Amino acid sequence: MFDNLSNKLDRAFKTLKGQGSITEINVAATIKEVRRALVDADVNYKVAKTVTDKIKDEAMGRDVLIAVSPGQLMVKIVYEELTELMGGHKQDINLKGEPAIILIAGLQGSGKTTFTGKLANYLKKQGRSVMVAACDVYRPAAINQLQVLAEQVGVEAYTELENKNPVQIALNAVAHAKKTNKKVVIIDTAGRLAVDEAMMKEIAEIKAAVKPTETLFVVDSMTGQDAVNTAKTFNERINFDGVVLTKLDGDSRGGAALSIRAVVEKPIKFISTGEKMEALDLFYPDRMAQRILGM
Amino acid sequence: VGKSTVDVEVLDELEEILVHADVGVETTVKIIDRIEKRVARDKYVSTSELDKILREEIAALLEENRAGDGANFDLPAGIKPYVIMVVGVNGVGKTTTIGKLASQFHKAGKKVVLGAADTFRAAAVDQLIIWGERVGVPVISHGMNTDPASVAYDAVKKGVDTGADVVIIDTAGRLHNKVGLMNELSKIKRVMQKITADTPHEVLLVLDGSTGQNALLQAREFTKATDVTALAITKLDGTAKGGVVIGISDEFKIPVKYIGVGEKIEDLQLFDKNQFVESFFSRK
Ligand SMILES: Nc1nc2c(ncn2[C@@H]2O[C@H](COP(=O)(O)OP(=O)(O)OP(=O)(O)O)[C@@H](O)[C@H]2O)c(=O)[nH]1
Ligand SMILES: Nc1nc2c(ncn2[C@@H]2O[C@H](COP(=O)(O)OP(=O)(O)OP(=O)(O)O)[C@@H](O)[C@H]2O)c(=O)[nH]1
Ligand SMILES: [K+]
Ligand SMILES: [Mg+2]
Ligand SMILES: [Mg+2]
Repeated sequence: MFDNLSNKLDRAFKTLKGQGSITEINVAATIKEVRRALVDADVNYKVAKTVTDKIKDEAMGRDVLIAVSPGQLMVKIVYEELTELMGGHKQDINLKGEPAIILIAGLQGSGKTTFTGKLANYLKKQGRSVMVAACDVYRPAAINQLQVLAEQVGVEAYTELENKNPVQIALNAVAHAKKTNKKVVIIDTAGRLAVDEAMMKEIAEIKAAVKPTETLFVVDSMTGQDAVNTAKTFNERINFDGVVLTKLDGDSRGGAALSIRAVVEKPIKFISTGEKMEALDLFYPDRMAQRILGM
Repeated sequence: VGKSTVDVEVLDELEEILVHADVGVETTVKIIDRIEKRVARDKYVSTSELDKILREEIAALLEENRAGDGANFDLPAGIKPYVIMVVGVNGVGKTTTIGKLASQFHKAGKKVVLGAADTFRAAAVDQLIIWGERVGVPVISHGMNTDPASVAYDAVKKGVDTGADVVIIDTAGRLHNKVGLMNELSKIKRVMQKITADTPHEVLLVLDGSTGQNALLQAREFTKATDVTALAITKLDGTAKGGVVIGISDEFKIPVKYIGVGEKIEDLQLFDKNQFVESFFSRK
């Protein structure tokens, strides 16, 4: 698709060049191609618009139209712009606190429970004593699922099979972690939709009760235009500290990463790249930009 | 003078509505083309009429592609047990959809058997067993980390032996770009076919309604591996519109049968194309 876009842009520039005067309008026409490419990569259309407006200015400033290969230069500008947009201040996960409390939240099926297991594994391998807490009291066998994963990675899972109050369970889990000298406790929660008022209230209450060191929003990299809605609402309700992008072992372009970054201005801290407990990686903005552009 | 072309601004607006619903650039352009042709034919069109035309054109496109065909909770006569294999990428809602579907069939007085052939994901078998208990139907399982094909075989066999009306097979979530896992699906199918050659009678591909353009690739690869016969779109109770399904039905001509609108047992509906298109225009 990178070649695709580059060729498309070259062609667009060529026809325009043949028509005499080279103006801002000519760039505008090719900008539309760039915008479509971004939308095809699932970048939110409003975000794509803002981004391409910036790209247009940049292109004008860098004399794209008199370049030998304006299409290629244009793609380079787009790539650089996307990388910068998703980069900024790269932050690591905050593990201050005794214990550090990490709250996991997100939509249904996004990969929260799997990520909880992976993060536990990752931090345990760094020599920390980790505990996970099962606060999804709704999904059938959710507790069981977390228990299995915890066992796989060799950490304790805190569960209360009869308790239907996730706020209470979370508080009890933290107390238990303190008592047993854990350095980190990771709280898995139920999937919820941003429009589900009762469930959004619940996650806000969990957060208010346990005062996490770090709140992470887990999002499926295959998400389309709705990523913006969801991220915005979750951010308004729980002011999360970072984003986890999952299922990047698939072939989605992952435009949601750019949309979320642009809309909530929170760093992407981890990427999930498989079902195995080891399939966890740090986030690199330049690789993500390449992916979005299909490079 | 009548307006024979729609102005650019209005078309841009329509494009926005479609793109926002995840319809995708290619299909959006196709729909806009259809509208432009129609406007050229009908000569004068006001902006308010355009909205209506857009809905009609999308619905017509879905109609041409038989998108809502066969959307019912009936089972075809003469096939017993009717075997449904449920497939899709990770976390889209396969197991939940099976629970809801089983409930619909069970309520209609049908005898249902479920097969727990996701033997891979942590607690996947337990999850289906809980759904089986909720609905009150038997679940055939061999536990975790066993051969999924043999679970599927036994579930179908159980269906035959007990005179069940329908057997629904749950499978592990798998990303469509993983060749080994996609081949496993073909194998599950082949093994079931030892019982009767036309098994499974239905392959239901479950798509998450909040998925963007990747859903097209999912449809393509699952179709190749398993001959998908129907689609279910889940999680439409959120703000996502699921518009990518328009392009999918246009390219693959696979009917959308069901939509998921929540996590509860009753949250499964039949696909209704008009209602579906209507939701693109709601501000929710
Ligand atoms: N291929 C792949 N699959 C993943 C990844 N992360 C999670 N999964 C799978 O996605 C599915 C859903 O993951 P879960 O961890 O159960 O998701 P969840 O957000 O906890 O789901 P709910 O609790 O139901 O909201 C499972 O099949 C996981 O194995 C990933 O990075 N790659
Ligand atoms: N809001 C909403 N949630 C749904 C819907 N369908 C399923 N879910 C939720 O989505 C999550 C994943 O559902 P599952 O049925 O486990 O998905 P799956 O495809 O079987 O997942 P894997 O087997 O891990 O690949 C669960 O939390 C379900 O409750 C729906 O229509 N609406
Ligand atoms: K919706
Ligand atoms: Mg979970
Ligand atoms: Mg499942």
